[in-house]
Amino acid sequence: MEKDRKEGIKGMANPGRYGIERVAYWLMRITGLGLLFYFIGHIYETSNLLDGKAAWNSMLELTQTTEGHIFLTLVIGMCVFHTGNGIRLMIGQAGFGLGKPSRADYPYTPSSLNMKNKLCIYVSIGLAALAMMYGLGVMYDV
Amino acid sequence: MTKDGALPKGFERPSRSPSQEKYEKVKSSSKTTTLRISKFNPESDSTSTFSEFKVHYQRWTTVLDAILEVKSNYDHSIGVRYSCRQATCGSCGMIINGKPRLACFTKISELDSDLVTVEPMNNFPIIRDLAVGFERLIATHKRIKPYIIRDDSEVTSETKEFLQSPEDVEKYIQFAGCIKCGLCNSACPTMATDSSFVGPQALAQAYRYVADNRDKGKDERLKIIDEPHGIWRCHFAGSCSQVCPKGVDPAMGIQLLRGYLLGYRK
Ligand code: HEM
Ligand code: SF4
Ligand code: FES
Repeated sequence: MEKDRKEGIKGMANPGRYGIERVAYWLMRITGLGLLFYFIGHIYETSNLLDGKAAWNSMLELTQTTEGHIFLTLVIGMCVFHTGNGIRLMIGQAGFGLGKPSRADYPYTPSSLNMKNKLCIYVSIGLAALAMMYGLGVMYDV
Repeated sequence: MTKDGALPKGFERPSRSPSQEKYEKVKSSSKTTTLRISKFNPESDSTSTFSEFKVHYQRWTTVLDAILEVKSNYDHSIGVRYSCRQATCGSCGMIINGKPRLACFTKISELDSDLVTVEPMNNFPIIRDLAVGFERLIATHKRIKPYIIRDDSEVTSETKEFLQSPEDVEKYIQFAGCIKCGLCNSACPTMATDSSFVGPQALAQAYRYVADNRDKGKDERLKIIDEPHGIWRCHFAGSCSQVCPKGVDPAMGIQLLRGYLLGYRK
């Protein structure tokens, strides 16, 4: 491996070195996989309905524990960030909101990494945090 | 000067010449830093090691200057590639303090660190030490047909220049600044795990020619990049544009190319 110096998963997953866009890339991946994991669990959870009321109720009780609350709060956060950033990515990856090509001039600030995109990322993170707090409030009845 | 080295009558030797004085002054104002150079010879080593050197630097000393000073004075065996020393040839890309940069375009003073670590670029095979192999980059670059394609490009007695307005030029000139240094491919998170990915360098060049109104090879090129290890592997993480030393902004070129493939651009 040393010979090829391919960075591998370690490099792909290291979000710290290249600005907020790389952090967003990393969060998008983590939240996408987290949601996939939740979605599979969710199908399993709801399929318990077929085993009758008692099974369903005992399943629901899992979400009433502290661990259950923390888990659901994370799911809320993942959902909101993934959706917000997902919309930004769909617009950007269709070629919109990137600025216009123009003659490069020192210090070469890349126009595709513009304030609009950065703002969308920060807003997605902020909305996720707000939704998580709101969710916690509902779950803990404050 | 007389034969025995004495100065002719009336002349006096200054204790130190002005240029020497200036040199001493500059030298005393220089700071020192530790330069850690990654050493690896694929033919004999199993892992890379670091050699450390104390180097003097001025405000204007580049990382390449420091490496070359070490190479000429302390360790001739250091493998490093460079040519222009002015961010034009694209030879001296390496990882400097964790980020892909051109060694000739990075001043030690701007790194703001007591330690300068230089390693070969990621996602490239190592030839030796800091020099990496560019075969794959050149191959993917060639694959997207980096030249104007049109039926009437043969020169005949009737041939005239292809006229372009300044606005036409503006559409691609930014992407034509690519020096094929490979920093973008080294920073790309997809490149980190997928060696078959065509990569930001080649994709940005595909856009450069597609956006050129003299070119008629758009469909041909779009077909080349519309494949499993092609353009769709880009997740717009933007790291390529973050590290590009020439303001090419490959991430923009790639998303604009996608616009063509998705039918939003004509
Ligand atoms: C409104 C809701 C959603 C939107 C707008 C959305 C949007 C996106 C977009 C645009 C991507 C591509 C990101 C990229 O190019 O790197 C993506 C990736 C992904 N999404 Fe979603 N998504 C949504 C909901 C979901 C849900 C409910 C799940 C799970 C069941 C999910 C799982 C994933 C996974 C696993 C990835 C791949 C992550 C990666 O390769 O980095 N998404 N999503
Ligand atoms: S796009 Fe920029 S970083 Fe990539 S090879 Fe060209 S000049 Fe280097
Ligand atoms: S030596 Fe030419 S780009 Fe650095």
